Order: sequence, then C-alpha cells, then structure tokens
Amino acid sequence: MANGGGFPSPHDVFTIPGTEGWERMYPYHYRFGADDPERKQYEASMFWFYDGLHYPEPIYPFDMIWDEAWFLALSQYNTRIFIVPPALGVDHRIINGRIYITPVPVKDPSEIPARVEHFMKRAGYYYENWDELYAKWETKMKGVIEELDKLTIPKLPDMEEDSVVFDAVGRSSGYELLTAYDRLIQLGILAWQYHFEFLNLGYAAYVTLLDFCQKAFPGIPLQRVTQMVSGIDVILYQPDEELKGLARLACELGIEDEILKERSVEELFEELKKTNDGRLWEQRFEKAKYPWFYISTGTGWFHHDPAWIDELEIPLSSIRMYIQKLKKGESLDRPLGELKRERDRIISEYRDLLASDDDREMFDNLVGTAQRVFPYVESHLFYVEHWFHSIFWNKMREVSRRFVTAGFWDDVEDIWLLNRHEIKQAMWDMVTAWATGTQPMGRLHWGPEIAWRKQVMEKFKEWTPPPAVGTPPETITEPFTIVLWGITSETMAAWSKGKEAGEGPVRELTGFAGSPGVVEGPARVCRTVSEISTLQDGEILVCPTTSPSWAPAFTKIKAAVTDVGGIMCHAAIVCREYGLPAVVGTGNATQAFKTGQKIRVDGNTGVVSIVEE
Amino acid sequence: MSRKDIAWFEECRKDDTPLVGGKCASLGELLAADIRVPPGFAVTTEAYYHFLTRAGIKEPICKVLRRIRDGVPVHEVGEETRRMVLEAPIPEEVETAVRASYRALCERCGVEDVPVAVRSSATLEDMADASFAGQQDTYLWVRGEDEVLDKVKRCWASLFSDRVIAYREEKGFTHENVRISVGVQKMVRARTSGVLFTLNPVNGDRSKVAINAAWGFGEGVVSGDITPDDFLVDKVTFDILRRTVVPKPEAYLLDEATERVCRMEVPEGDRAKASLSDDEIQELTRLARRIEKHYGRPMDVEWAVDADLPFPESIVTLQARPETVWSQKPARTVAKEKPKSALDAIVGKLLAGVPVQSKAQTVGGV
Repeated sequence: MANGGGFPSPHDVFTIPGTEGWERMYPYHYRFGADDPERKQYEASMFWFYDGLHYPEPIYPFDMIWDEAWFLALSQYNTRIFIVPPALGVDHRIINGRIYITPVPVKDPSEIPARVEHFMKRAGYYYENWDELYAKWETKMKGVIEELDKLTIPKLPDMEEDSVVFDAVGRSSGYELLTAYDRLIQLGILAWQYHFEFLNLGYAAYVTLLDFCQKAFPGIPLQRVTQMVSGIDVILYQPDEELKGLARLACELGIEDEILKERSVEELFEELKKTNDGRLWEQRFEKAKYPWFYISTGTGWFHHDPAWIDELEIPLSSIRMYIQKLKKGESLDRPLGELKRERDRIISEYRDLLASDDDREMFDNLVGTAQRVFPYVESHLFYVEHWFHSIFWNKMREVSRRFVTAGFWDDVEDIWLLNRHEIKQAMWDMVTAWATGTQPMGRLHWGPEIAWRKQVMEKFKEWTPPPAVGTPPETITEPFTIVLWGITSETMAAWSKGKEAGEGPVRELTGFAGSPGVVEGPARVCRTVSEISTLQDGEILVCPTTSPSWAPAFTKIKAAVTDVGGIMCHAAIVCREYGLPAVVGTGNATQAFKTGQKIRVDGNTGVVSIVEE
Repeated sequence: MSRKDIAWFEECRKDDTPLVGGKCASLGELLAADIRVPPGFAVTTEAYYHFLTRAGIKEPICKVLRRIRDGVPVHEVGEETRRMVLEAPIPEEVETAVRASYRALCERCGVEDVPVAVRSSATLEDMADASFAGQQDTYLWVRGEDEVLDKVKRCWASLFSDRVIAYREEKGFTHENVRISVGVQKMVRARTSGVLFTLNPVNGDRSKVAINAAWGFGEGVVSGDITPDDFLVDKVTFDILRRTVVPKPEAYLLDEATERVCRMEVPEGDRAKASLSDDEIQELTRLARRIEKHYGRPMDVEWAVDADLPFPESIVTLQARPETVWSQKPARTVAKEKPKSALDAIVGKLLAGVPVQSKAQTVGGV
C-alpha cells in the first residue's frame, strides 16, 4: 500500500522467495513490523531512506558490527552527550540485507530551550578547545590501534603450558580466547565511539558556513565552500605521497626498470636484495608500510575489501604507474603552494563581496570554526575506517582460524556469515567442548546454516531496494541528513520521479556536483581498485566509490563518476584538488555506463549523460 | 577661456561628464584603466551649446517647451523643437573640427571612411538616479564626414524626443539646463554582443556576473527585442553556474550591400548554438572584475566580440555605466543583527525551520 508520497510502507516490503527467515542473521531490533501496534505506528510515520552511501551491497551478518557501532555512537552524541537542540539520534532498520535509517527529531518544542542551553555549554567547550581535544583524540585513537595490534588470539592446546601451573595463572586458554574475542569486539566499538566524538560538531559547523554562504551568495557551488575550509596537508593524502616518494627514490637510485618488470612482489624483493640500492629501496618500502599501507581499497566498512598491506601488488602497481609518469618527465608534485593561495584568494574575495562589517565578522567566525574542525572531518577516516579496520579484519580472520581448527567450517572467510553475537555463542560451543574433551556441535549447526546464508546473500544482491520507505516529511531540514547522505527535499522529489519514469535504458544520471567543470570522453568502468591499471590517459573513471588507494587513478583521468558519495566523499575532494570535474552519488553509474562509451560529465550541475554508444 | 568642441576618449575622465557626457567620460575612464574600447571622440556639450546660441534657437526652443504646461501635447512640442534643431546650421568651427577629427580617426584605424557608431552621450543620463539608457538615438555603421555630421545633429535633436521630454517633465528636470554630447566611435564588426552586470540583477548578489548575449550587434539585447542567451558566472571562481541558451532566429546583422545594421534571419545552423564560448564567458568575467574594481561599484557593461580580431583581443567594451537598481537599495546583508559567536550561528542553523518555544528564539542569529 503506497502512501501519500509514493513510497512503500515499511511493513509491505516483500520477502524474496527462498530467503524466508533471513531476519535471524541480524539483531532482532533491526526488524520492521514487530507485532506491536505502537512500534508499528511509529515505524509507519517515519521516513526511512536506504543508506546506499555506506552500503552499496547487502550487508553480511558480521559486517553489521559497524552499523551497530555507529547506530550507537552517532545517536548518543546527539541525544545524550552534546544535546543537539532539535535532533535526537538516527534510527536503523534492515530490509533484505539493506540498512534503512531515519533521523529522529525532538518532537516537543518545549524541550528545545533547555537543550540549547546544554548544547551551548557542551559543544561550546569542544569548539573552544578543539585543537587540544583533537590532540588528545589522536592519542586515544592511537592507543586503541596499538592495543588492537598487540591483541593475540590464543590457540587451544591439547595440554596447557607448564607455566599455567607453575606461575599459578589460574585461567585456561579457552577463557583467554573468549576474553580476547570480547576485547576485540570492544575495541571495535570503542574506535567507533571516538569516530563520532568530533564528527557531529564538525558537520554542524560546516553546515552553518554552507548555509551562510548560500544566503550571501545564492547559487554558490557547495564544492567552493568546501574548498574554503578543506585541509590541504591532511593525512588522508599521506599513503599516496609515500608511493610517489618510493617512485622518485627508485628513479634516483636508477633501479626503476627493475621495479617496472612484470613479476610478483616476492620475486621483485628477491631481486632487490642482491644490490645495495635495491636493499635501500626495500627498507624505505618496509618503513612506509606502517601505518600508511593500512589503507583499504574500499571504504573500510566491509571484510571483503583488502588493504594495501594485504595485497602489496596494489601499492606496487601504483608505484609502477608513478615511475612511468616520471620517466615521461611528468611531475608528481601536488602544487601545495598554489592550492593554498587559491583557497586564500577565494576566501578573501568572497569576504570582500559581503555587504556589511557584521557579515564579514560572521563569515570570519564561521570560516575560522569550519577550518578548525575540518581536518578532523577528513582525517578520522584514516584512523578508524582504514588503519583500525585493516588490522581488525585480520584479527577476525585469526579468530576464524580457531574455528577452522576446531572443525566448525573449512573456509576462513565463512565467519562473515555469522554475526558477532553468534560468534560468541559458537566460541562457547568450541571452548566448552575443548575443555570437556568432546566434539563441539559446531559444524552440525553452522554447516547447513552457512550454506543457506550464502544463497540468501546472493538473492539479496539481485534485489533492487527502494530508495526510501515510510512517510516523507514535508521538507528535510535536519543538517546531518543533508550533509552526510545528501537527502534533501529535491532528492525526495527526484526519487518519486525516477519511479514514475519506469524501466528502460538509462541515457542520463544525476548525482551531486562534486567538482566543477564539464568534459566529454570515453568511460572506463572500474569496479575495484585492482582494475585501475587498465585506465588510459584521458578516460573518465566510472566506479562504485574511491578511497585513498585509488589516488594514482586521478593523475590519468579527465573526470570521475561514482555510484555513492556526497560532496565530501574522497573522489570529490581529490577531483577538486586536481581540477577534474566529478559527479558523485549517481546511484548506479557502474551499471548504467559501459567502458568505451563516450560520456559527458557536468560537474557544475551533477549530470552525466551518454554522448555516443 | 577657449571653447573645446572635440575631446578624444583618451582625454576624457569621469569628472568630465558635464563636457563630454556620461558615456564618453566613462569610455575615457576605461581606457585609463587599460580596458579595451574601440577608439573615438566626443563632440562636446560646449560644441552643442555653441550651436544653439549661434543658431539663435536656444530661447525659442525653451519657449516651445514651456507650452507643455499650457496643455499642448508632448508630441507636438517635440516635433517642433526637433525640427528647429535639424534645420539650424552647424557653426563652421564645429563642423571643421568634427570633419578633421573623423579624418584623424580614419587614419588611426587605417580604413577609409571608417564605419562609426554615433551616439548621444547625455550629461544627465548616467546619473545614478536617472537611468534611461537607450532612450536617445544611436546610429550604426555611419561612413563619411557628411553622414557623421548629419548624425551628430540628429543626436542633438534626440534630446527633444517625445519620450525624453516627457521623462524630464515627470522628473521635474528643467529643459534649459540639459546639455548633450555626442560620441563618435569606431564600429566593431560584432560577431556576438550583449550586456553584462557585475552583480546578479535578480537578487543583487555581488558574487555573480550576469551576461546576456546574442548574435551580431547588441541593439536587440539592449532594447530587449531579442531574447538573448543568459549566463550566470561566479565572480570569484569563474564557475559558469547557469547557461540558458535560447533559439535565436533573428539578429541585428550588417547587411553588406546596404552597409546597414538590420534585423535579419540567422542561418539555420547557428540559431540553437550558444553565442559565446566558455572561454569568452570567462574572459568577459575577467573584464567585469576589472571594470568593477576600477569604478569601485557595481557596473552595467555593453560589450562585443569583434569578428575581425583573435581571442582574447576580440572582446571589447562598448560602454560601462554604474548599475542603478541594486546600488540604491540598502545592502543585502545576511546577519540580521550584531553577529555573535560561531556557536550562536551554529545553534541558529540547527534550529532553522524547527518550531521553538519562547526563550530559544532569541538564540538563532543567522
């Protein structure tokens, strides 16, 4: 039953045949339509949009950990910690493996004045002491990463070491394994607590500047406001800088041709070991790894995206790409001075165009605040999603190996089909059986379940989720929803329209204007970062999303188009820096366009269209 | 003190408006600021005054004009005063000076009988309060000394067009004190021309440059009888924010046979095309920035792309005037009250559109 806005009711979305019972893979409170009239009424009254920005694919049961983590963290900062005056948290549900979210407003206006008072005091403290608190944050975050790195996942021996007895330890490896798993999960949740410590405030400051600029200079491109505040030396660029440095060093040492030869990383290092220069280069490579190779080839949110550190071929192929550029006499330098001058020019010219001293004072305040908060907004991604997560996924694989040893399943990668709560239960099954000297139930229970879940995931992938369910509000004003997900009154209208247009070949897609400029050129669809080596100079990159590991691609392409992301996404940031047009968050460019098609990217309006088949 | 009948644009500055009129003074200013304009000279208000007094028509004209107050219709008064101007002889000194200057201009351009535009340059027209641009006559593609002299006199007569007389009556300006100067300027062979504002005329936003452009000469764009292409450009970043390219079936073009600019059909293939390239739009934006900076206020600029010249020399300024609409309104500010801290603004933004009871309403600043 469709309601007024043309979006389905959350209680009417159908179950894909063969997936009945899928709900058990996820926490119970994520289901729509519990058998309670009050909860159902609440759900039907809200506007739930599909979080395709974070989850372009159905979510694996274990990967839900990050959704649970941010469900808690973002919400608590709004509702309980900073007391954001009009906004409570963001509520979550799941349909057929897809996450739907809804921002929850403060319903009773009489509560707002008191919330304002608290917010001014609490958020005010953070804004005033931002740099000092951010320095503390980095220390806390590095502490979490260090602890994670050191965490060992114990094996279950046939007989405990002598030391357990003679040091009177009083605990078994079974107990230690359970504890290690608990700590691993705790650290993950903790990293996400810190993830949001500054983020909501950072976005609030940014949204306010954006709003001011749009009032003062109607029609000013959002990306230009971002350009005024974006950090230029942020650590998100460091991994790529390391690769450029390695490319330069190879050329200086005269070993670039050795590195360019097509062979595996192992064979290359075997060869390099034979010369002094080779060893020197290898040392530099080793040094760059920590922490700069702890960078995911995706967003870091999913177990299946490897990090550079897992597949050294990826950074190596980028180094090769850079060496080739150097050999052609091209520069790899980011024109830092020029970028800063341009940023400062834009700020000062817009400032001069303001109509009063009051406006200029306000503008100075807002730009200053936004500039102070922005490095965090860009850098936290490296610490949490890349560095922490890259280590975390491998610790979980270590956990899975214990299960493989105990015969629960054969493939280490099967663990992702269990959610974190189920893994804990399975671990009890494992350690009690180990302690008792019996067979765990393990494989009997999980064997068929994992097989069933695998086919459920496949069916989920074929399903096209509706962009939203429930009752759309009159307008959308909630700032986080607008900046993070780009959901505005206009997007809602476009979604309704898209549905009416129905099926048929797509000639044109609309996304966010991520970086200005208009170009035409041949499309190159790259679904993963490993495909960027196929890019030819002057092509237009069409991809699901990008991360810092995609950086080498930007030195070859003419423009970028992504499926997911808002104006703050990596592709948009990098394209603005390289002066390339970008349209981001188009929904399904990687499906709509094909390699070789001539497409037109309009980074001013956010439209991508096919010019020639 | 000797009379000055002719002033080359190079000699004109904005303080010279009483002598050369607003248009010519402004062209002189542009030249002084290194902004390309086609060369030319002004036939000064002193020359005009000398003409009136020498011909003995000053008093008679005033007398005729006063009849309006007795209820004589404006068109009758206008017709009679214009006839008086057109029938009166130009003093010999003035005629000689105009002929000599035109010859000098031909020499400068290296063209025999160089085509010129002859335009009135009123002393009143460009005052911030009295925008009636284009209400006086303009003659295009004028060639030869005799033709130039004829058009100069017609411009003088245009000071007594029905509309202009009615305008002065309405505004309460006295007819006696009105002086006119006439600009004689090399014609541009305009591929495209138009107007630009150094602000967004829709909302007064000073961070934009608004450009209207059409094929050929700009007369249609200025008078509004040709729908132009419309471009909105960010003045700081040069982003072209809006591009509205309209079908342009007709344009003011030069009829090579008659050497007249007339409204003609545009070749089929060009009608739907943008009349400016992106490079030209951005060059015009640079031009707008220079002109605005030079004058220190929002401006309204007539420009053209000369078909004979390579880019960017092809872009020339024909005219620059102070913008008169938004300049007279109170400044467009964002802050409605004395700004508070960034935090106040953030709370204000968070609460925008949210119903808040009593107390908190004093908080939201922006």
